[in-house]
Amino acid sequence: MQLTRRNFFKFMGVTGASAAAAPSSAQAWQSKAPPDPYGCLVDLTRCIGCRKCEEGCATVNKLPAPVKATCDCTVFEKKRRPDVNAFTTVNRYFSGKLDVLDKPSPTYVKVQCMHCQDPACVSACISGAITKKENGTVHYNVDRCIGCRYCMVACPFEIPAYEYHDPITPEVRKCTFCFDRISKEGGLPGCATICPVEAITFGKRETLLKLAKQRIKSDPNKYVDHIYGEKEVGGTSWLYVSSVPFSKLSFPELPETPSPKLAETIQHSLFSYLWSPILLFGFLGGMMYKFDKKDENTQDKGGA
Amino acid sequence: MDHKASPLNRKFWTPGVYVMLVFMIAGFLAILARFTGGIGYVSNLSAARPWGLWVGVDVATGVALAAGGFTTAALAHIFGRHSYEPVIRPALLTAMLGYTFVVLGLLVDIGRSWAIWKPVFFWNTNSVLFEVAMCVMVYLHVLYFEFIPIVVEQFKDKVRLPGILELLNGPIEMFLKVADVVASKMMWILIILGVVLSCMHQSSLGSLMLIAPTKIHPLWYTPIMPLLFLVSAFAVGYPMVVFETTLVTSSFKLDSEMSILTPLTRITIFLLGLYMLLKFGDMFVRGTYVYLLDGTYQTNSFIVEVLFGILVPWLMLVSTKIRQTRIGVFTAATMIVFGVALNRINVFIVGYTSPITEGGYFPSIVEIFVTLGLIATLMFIYRFVVTFLPVLQAAPEPITSEEVSS
Repeated sequence: MQLTRRNFFKFMGVTGASAAAAPSSAQAWQSKAPPDPYGCLVDLTRCIGCRKCEEGCATVNKLPAPVKATCDCTVFEKKRRPDVNAFTTVNRYFSGKLDVLDKPSPTYVKVQCMHCQDPACVSACISGAITKKENGTVHYNVDRCIGCRYCMVACPFEIPAYEYHDPITPEVRKCTFCFDRISKEGGLPGCATICPVEAITFGKRETLLKLAKQRIKSDPNKYVDHIYGEKEVGGTSWLYVSSVPFSKLSFPELPETPSPKLAETIQHSLFSYLWSPILLFGFLGGMMYKFDKKDENTQDKGGA
Repeated sequence: MDHKASPLNRKFWTPGVYVMLVFMIAGFLAILARFTGGIGYVSNLSAARPWGLWVGVDVATGVALAAGGFTTAALAHIFGRHSYEPVIRPALLTAMLGYTFVVLGLLVDIGRSWAIWKPVFFWNTNSVLFEVAMCVMVYLHVLYFEFIPIVVEQFKDKVRLPGILELLNGPIEMFLKVADVVASKMMWILIILGVVLSCMHQSSLGSLMLIAPTKIHPLWYTPIMPLLFLVSAFAVGYPMVVFETTLVTSSFKLDSEMSILTPLTRITIFLLGLYMLLKFGDMFVRGTYVYLLDGTYQTNSFIVEVLFGILVPWLMLVSTKIRQTRIGVFTAATMIVFGVALNRINVFIVGYTSPITEGGYFPSIVEIFVTLGLIATLMFIYRFVVTFLPVLQAAPEPITSEEVSS
């Protein structure tokens, strides 16, 4: 091995310096959530399942018109997920709740990207193609995307859809929170603009949380005491209130810890300033030097 | 052992090679279909199941099973165990080809293959995948550099191109000489760097799924997943060398090299034991043994992994009697390789479910053909390289009177 004494000490010097720097670099994980994002509050007790939001979304995002836009019945027979051509979908649930005439009463649920405060997809993205904007939007930039689909693996809400049938230039597709529209003063997302029953309220997340709490407090018999999205995976920009427990409406039960916390903590405590690889390099260099030296000695003895 | 590594110079086109060729053609057609119809046209991947066979086997398992390269290099070159040198070149070749095919598998799997260079310029240091990708990229280059001396050894002072290409003889000769000098001066850095990079990305592959706590079955989802991946890569390195050396030496009728393989398995007892300890310890600390008897296919896959991939081969190696027979060592090594491969498949495929759209996944026939085609191509190139370059060091078996006469 071509490891000279001088090279060895050079490396040991680097190693020592980086080892000294290591403890200060391993800081506790901190949320990168924007301080005052926008959000939407969806009140499921108000939604009548008209699917106007699907239509509004398709129009402003230049998507194909929603399936069976005028039919309010058969489309609900199957649960639909957001897709490459539909950033939001409304599904119907019969949870056992009865109306005044003792007939099963439906609950309609609008599904779209939740725009997490600390999004798993943003942390996962290999090339930083997905970012969390100051206004709350989880934004996708196709120019950086390589199509690894790690964002889809990471997303706890199963939201990013993928153009699987495009062989060369597929894109990840999901709700944009109408980024361009809400970036303008007074702009609203397409779905919130069109909703005829004000089931979707757009505003600052803080304000919406207060509003949600107020609604639950003013009518505790109507609402379950849970704002979905307040704490789930560290909080989401989109929030839901409901009269039916969320577990009956296909909302995933999620921990309060932000998804990226564990992986980022491990990555950064191990690899900040590459301290551990450099330390390992120094250690292995030392070993190599030691064993080389031993070989030389035994050879010398053999020769003498 | 004074016998030097040398090209095999055997007949290349054997029936086995033709079988490989058939799989290679099938794989090529499958890849062609992928790049004309799209991933959705050929695979069973979906929004709920974005990663399947290609990531689970071609990438994750491929990286794990290429661990023989850095583990043998560490043993022989860093910790001074020079008696293991005969297995270094084949292990290096396996690692080099293994990682090349990890990248080829990735090119098939990622949607925008032509954009694969983008992470080099657009960094996201929070992303585990970013770190894995950077390490794999640098390590692949390190492996190619480490291979230079083998090529130089074969062709230095022997470059004789025919016809008009004769003009190139001089420059190529010069290039080889420079490469030789540079490579041998830098070799110690490359060897250490290779080990460091391997430790980094072998462990980080285990961190990949930490971001999806609600999707991975609790039998596998543990904060020590990166440690388990690293230790299992250590543990599978030498068994992989045993597995491969035994296959190669019996297929080419070479000396079985048991004098090296038996001591390698002694190290494996320790490394595999450590892996087993961590795996069982993790199960008891987190209390996940409660799942063991629930009879689901996920749990059964875990039981098979731990029982036949860790416990049984470990007990086999502990027994001196089994350890000293060629078939015993080979069987145990094969089971360990199987166990680690199944672990990667379990973490990335079997143990993964989306809580929203439930429903299983089984790779499509085209996905399988792509994977088989890549493996066949890897074996084809391996055979080609050992036939014409000095990689294998084992002496031919002594009883060759018939072959000599033929």
